[in-house]
Amino acid sequence: MTARKTWWKTTIGVVLTAVMLFPVYWMINVSLTKTGDMRKDPPNWFPFDPTFDGYRAVLSEQLPYLGTSLIVGFGTVALTLVISAPAAYSLAKLRPRGGTPVSFVLLIAQMIPGVIMAMGFYAIFLNIGMLNSVWGLIVADSTIAVPFGVLLFTAFMQGIPNELMNAATIDGAGRWRTFRSVVLPISRNSIVTVSLFAFLWAWSDFVFASTLDAGGKLQPITLGIYKYIGNNNQEWNSIMATAVIASIPAAVLLVIAQRYVAAGVTAGAVKD
Amino acid sequence: MATTETLSRRSAGNAGGEASTPPPAPTRRKRRRPSTGQLAAWGFLAPLIVYLLVFYAYPLYRNIELSLHDYTVRSFVQGGAAFVGFDNYVSVFTDPTFGPALLHTALFTVISIIFQFSIGMGLAVFFHQHFKLSATLRALFLVPWLLPLIVSASTWAWMLNSESGIVNSVIEGLGGQQVNWLTSPQWALTSVIIANIWIGIPFNLVILYSGLQNIPNDLYEAAALDGANGWQKFWRITFPLLRPVSAITILLGLIYTLKVFDIIWIMTRGGPADSSTTLATWSYQMAFGTALPDFSPAAAVGNVLIIIALIFGFLYIAAQRRQEKNS
Repeated sequence: MTARKTWWKTTIGVVLTAVMLFPVYWMINVSLTKTGDMRKDPPNWFPFDPTFDGYRAVLSEQLPYLGTSLIVGFGTVALTLVISAPAAYSLAKLRPRGGTPVSFVLLIAQMIPGVIMAMGFYAIFLNIGMLNSVWGLIVADSTIAVPFGVLLFTAFMQGIPNELMNAATIDGAGRWRTFRSVVLPISRNSIVTVSLFAFLWAWSDFVFASTLDAGGKLQPITLGIYKYIGNNNQEWNSIMATAVIASIPAAVLLVIAQRYVAAGVTAGAVKD
Repeated sequence: MATTETLSRRSAGNAGGEASTPPPAPTRRKRRRPSTGQLAAWGFLAPLIVYLLVFYAYPLYRNIELSLHDYTVRSFVQGGAAFVGFDNYVSVFTDPTFGPALLHTALFTVISIIFQFSIGMGLAVFFHQHFKLSATLRALFLVPWLLPLIVSASTWAWMLNSESGIVNSVIEGLGGQQVNWLTSPQWALTSVIIANIWIGIPFNLVILYSGLQNIPNDLYEAAALDGANGWQKFWRITFPLLRPVSAITILLGLIYTLKVFDIIWIMTRGGPADSSTTLATWSYQMAFGTALPDFSPAAAVGNVLIIIALIFGFLYIAAQRRQEKNS
């Protein structure tokens, strides 16, 4: 391949990426636009005269929402890991008799629409008084991640050589010890992948938040944005500034953990 | 770390099948009685089983129960709703909204997937020809998929705004007429489909790209020696060899797209005049979108949606099993 030919392809690639990411650029551009210029026709294509009013509004109004989202995100990650890692160890290495249907159930569980889960949770939470609580939201959000987590962990742990576990057994380690000191450290990368996705899904969740936490004192950032829009707010720079801030976890993920993301997306879908 | 990715990718497809027939258990079984091993196995599994029963099975059961009773707001809180059998389903099926909602669900899903898949495929093939920056650019393509849906949906809503949106500004700049993307019945569904295609492209790109990586390079080299051009290489090698991965991508896409609710709700709330209502938004609308919630029919619509999703779900599992057998 000549250098000239590659250069030509890179140009097309850059153009395609620019087109694809235009909405993201536009979000940032609008977040920096002055309220007075918001209705200008045609709109300003570049933030030549940027305002940070939108971001100021985020800092003064949206910080509690961001905090709640962080708590819910970390809570969901913890719950997901605690439930899914041991279960995957069992499914991959311990041969529970009668455990065969579990993986099948997990595949099916991933297909159930969130709106429907939300309705069931709403009915239950209403009766036990768990509506509008952060805990309820963590539980509900974890249902998105747990099946994924178990399947991803199981897939990885099946690849751990049995000799390694046998060695631990010979050294006198029980199953719990083997799990903690051998299996978990080896599975570090899978743990990262599952945690990242659990966090991102909890952070992005709107369905559960809008149904189970609509009247809560602590609400996540997705509801913060939704309320901004719903109030017929014309301050689109504030809305878009909040959207930019809410996108930070996704951006961080992409920069520091891109390979884990790719691993997570393809898990379950592709087999070599 | 590359190993991890390969490992998880290689066996992830097996998760369903291989878990049932694991390799021989470690020597431990010989020294202890099998019952201890089973006890430990179930001990590790127990939290998940309890979790699935309490947080999956029970909400779904409650949903079915809701759909078979006539719940009012009062009985929802206090209990004592009358059992009405399938009345809610009958009234849902005969509701004038049902036909359009089903049609919109089908259109939304099918059109989204056709575009997501073909654009994703084109991009995957393009990025597969390693050129400078190809890895970085491919990574950037993931952004739409990673953003919270409310962020993407509200950004698109503003871009498609009738008076101040950038899209109309460009159309008018090119001499066209202003289009009421979100506020006119004939355009609302198109608008949410456009946004949804944008969000779904990365997923298709990533999966198809990793499928491409598994096609041996010698095949292309052999074809090149035989004088095949790029177009022939695609239709004779890439496309046939990518068929199993494509089937799975499309089925997964179907399952995910059927579930889509956030984007539509945030951009149009299913309106105007139900013109972008799907089964998912209709269900939500009845249960949570009004001052007078109607939980029973909402649950009935939800259960219809589950059944549709499960049909494609089983097709997906079947496709995956077949792919495992063949390889």
